[in-house]
Amino acid sequence: MKKEGEVRIPSGCAICGIFSRDGSPVNGGTIAKSIALMHNRSNGLGGGFAGYGIYPAYKDYYALHIFYDNLKAREETERFLDSHFDIINLSKIPTKQVESITDAPLIWRYFVSPLVHKIQDSQLEENEYTARCMIRINNSIDGAYVFSCGKNMGVFKAVGYPEDVAEFYRLEDYEGYAWTAHGRYPTNTPGWWGGAHPFALLDLSVVHNGEISSYDANRRAVEMYDYTCNLLTDTEVITYILDYLIRKEGLTLEESANVIAAPFWSTIAMKDQEEATRLAYLRKMYSSFLITGPFSILVGFTGGMMALNDRLKLRSLVVAEKGETTYFSSEEAAIRAIEPDLDRVWSPAGGKPVIVRLNKEAIV
Amino acid sequence: MNMIASRYRINIRKDECVLCKRCVRECSFGAINFNSEKNTITLTHSKCVDCQRCAALCPREAIFITRNQNTYANNHLYTANTLNEIYRQSATGGVLLSSMGSGIGSVHIYFDHLLLNASQVTNPSIDPLREPMETITFLGRRPRHIERGKDGKLVDNLPPHIELSTPILFSAMSYGAISLNVHKALAKAALRLGTYYNCGEGGLHESLYEYATNTIVQVASGRFGVHERYLNSAAAIEIKIGQGAKPGIGGHLTGTKIIGDVSATRMVPEGIDAISPAPHHDIYSIEDLRQLVLSLKEATSYTKPVIVKVAAVHNIAPIASGIARSGADIIAIDGFRGGTGAAPMRIRDNVGLPIELAIAAVDQRLREEKIRNEISIIAGGGIRNSTDVVKAIALGADAVAIGSAALCALGCHICASCHTGNCAWGIATQRPELTNRLDPEEGADSLVNLVSAWTREIKEIMGGMGINSIEALRGNRLALRAVGLHEKELEILGVKYGGE
Repeated sequence: MKKEGEVRIPSGCAICGIFSRDGSPVNGGTIAKSIALMHNRSNGLGGGFAGYGIYPAYKDYYALHIFYDNLKAREETERFLDSHFDIINLSKIPTKQVESITDAPLIWRYFVSPLVHKIQDSQLEENEYTARCMIRINNSIDGAYVFSCGKNMGVFKAVGYPEDVAEFYRLEDYEGYAWTAHGRYPTNTPGWWGGAHPFALLDLSVVHNGEISSYDANRRAVEMYDYTCNLLTDTEVITYILDYLIRKEGLTLEESANVIAAPFWSTIAMKDQEEATRLAYLRKMYSSFLITGPFSILVGFTGGMMALNDRLKLRSLVVAEKGETTYFSSEEAAIRAIEPDLDRVWSPAGGKPVIVRLNKEAIV
Repeated sequence: MNMIASRYRINIRKDECVLCKRCVRECSFGAINFNSEKNTITLTHSKCVDCQRCAALCPREAIFITRNQNTYANNHLYTANTLNEIYRQSATGGVLLSSMGSGIGSVHIYFDHLLLNASQVTNPSIDPLREPMETITFLGRRPRHIERGKDGKLVDNLPPHIELSTPILFSAMSYGAISLNVHKALAKAALRLGTYYNCGEGGLHESLYEYATNTIVQVASGRFGVHERYLNSAAAIEIKIGQGAKPGIGGHLTGTKIIGDVSATRMVPEGIDAISPAPHHDIYSIEDLRQLVLSLKEATSYTKPVIVKVAAVHNIAPIASGIARSGADIIAIDGFRGGTGAAPMRIRDNVGLPIELAIAAVDQRLREEKIRNEISIIAGGGIRNSTDVVKAIALGADAVAIGSAALCALGCHICASCHTGNCAWGIATQRPELTNRLDPEEGADSLVNLVSAWTREIKEIMGGMGINSIEALRGNRLALRAVGLHEKELEILGVKYGGE
């Protein structure tokens, strides 16, 4: 059977997210309880979480989470890291034995800072330098896979049901202002840990439910801009497109949503002149990044979260609020499982992003 | 003695024929005549080109054309066609001429080896009758990056684009090669469909200026009929470097066709041969092309996209890359099977590449050079139906151009006799008694029907794949699987084999 990345594997899924706008800490166990309710939307072949604000003591360092197939891959990777970064701290990620989680790779965490003279030599800014180093590890070191590399955030994922993955990673030991979670239902998979979600690049993480029909058009377009799609998954390509549009092209989140879930031409025609021009411009300029087919995504980033549905809303996505906390989920029941008494619940329209950010006075 | 056996036999069922003589009037090739002394129809089989005009117009359906059953000695190497070509050349000393696109069977029609995908279970197909299904296509250049004004708002820095309601245009066909009535039908249809026709290199007839919004004007090596008003009476300008039916070869419209309006429109004196040189004599290299592209933009105040049309030849990928960097907005690639009003047969059947390979190679090359998104690609040459359109776009084209298929909608039966000027359907001829056979309004109706039908089918196919906008199909090669091709072909086409 071919490994993930050698063959494209479509998946159905469950996603959920919690965002605390005032920055008050949310325990990792809470998000696990929420996603656990949607057990039947996963099939045990992938689960994962992304937490933001979880490493306050190391918030100025890139937190690298890496899977190693063997010791040799670790040694080679650490040699590479040593020559490109200052390693401030390194350790195994603490895990707990869980019966249903098997075949675990070596899982290591590093807090690093790019070597100043290396950045200068590369003529890149810090984020781009770090992103390229991580992509290089994934592309060239056999048996090593960086699955998280942002600051003050981290991804935890494995092959298994999400609630078991949470237990395995001892998620109740972490607290953060934002969490996303993913339960995977791939239609066939060799069960590779790297293939579980969220998928992340720097502090941008994506969980996704759906199967996009524009996949190869999107992949071939984004690969023009120095991205390599190794996993051949929707989530990977969506992450790269958003990274390109937001970090490299300087689009806002709303503008990026207008690109990937662009309004229909008939809708654009009904807008006022200025808005119609703006929307038509984005569609024409980035037509290869239009994503069609069903998707609901949660995009996590430092200080915020965006939820977005495909323009026909072919996947369920519910948003709810309670006080200063915003909840997102494939199913409303998963929100009610952790907060039965909600102020407001709604289903965002297809193509309409819901964006939440930390309040100005929030301390994280 | 006649060394060359007739290719076809004209058969008239005597018991059904009422001697109305319609076939005699319709046959423009002199194959069917009436002997008034004997009151019978006489047939000259050797003159029949199988254009089907007589059969189609016979009120009793009494006529049918068959291949000549007389056969030459069976030989794979020296087939009847091969022998006839030798006999013709040894009798005349001439270059073999033919027309329309190459129909030779020894080169794969790759479209027929590609199968399309559809959604099942894991994602939904989309019903185009219930949901919007977008085929609107924009062709033109895109800048590399966005710009923002001082207020932070996006600035529309896109150069001019042309907008098509469906990703199908009509290919360039010149007035002279085809009749004015055909041009009128194409222009009217383009207007009604929200797409474009292309006047080819013969200039633009005075009566067609009113269709400027849906006209692409051509600047070819002969520069016939090119003047400032011509350039400014179009939605886009096409520089024709070559065409798929005769890459590397110029054109020759004989003086006998340079009469009346053709002469005036081409700006060539009556009775003088109109020779299109093989190259543009001001373009001997890629940097010269840039000069012409920019000259045309200057002449039209940068208000119109410039297309550069080339034939698909072996080096098509680097050629396209050079064009993409020349300032041109759109590349039109014409494949091996592209049609023509006249071409040396050996060139038509042996020079160039099938459009499928050319699209795949060019699209991939421009991506490797990171410039694919900056320029649009129009593919033409052998597009026969809606699935060819879908496959061409999935391989990497933005839109396709159709010529032969459009002429078929007007009656053409691909008899490949355009170069004789005797087209019985009134298409590829300037003989008034023949051009009158084609009514521009009826012709436009047929063209609108054809393109509308294809568009409907394209929407059905897209919906089946769960794709609701044409740009999500462009270059989406996972929508294709191949059958009956070898590994190298898969590599060049960038598609997987069926079952992979």
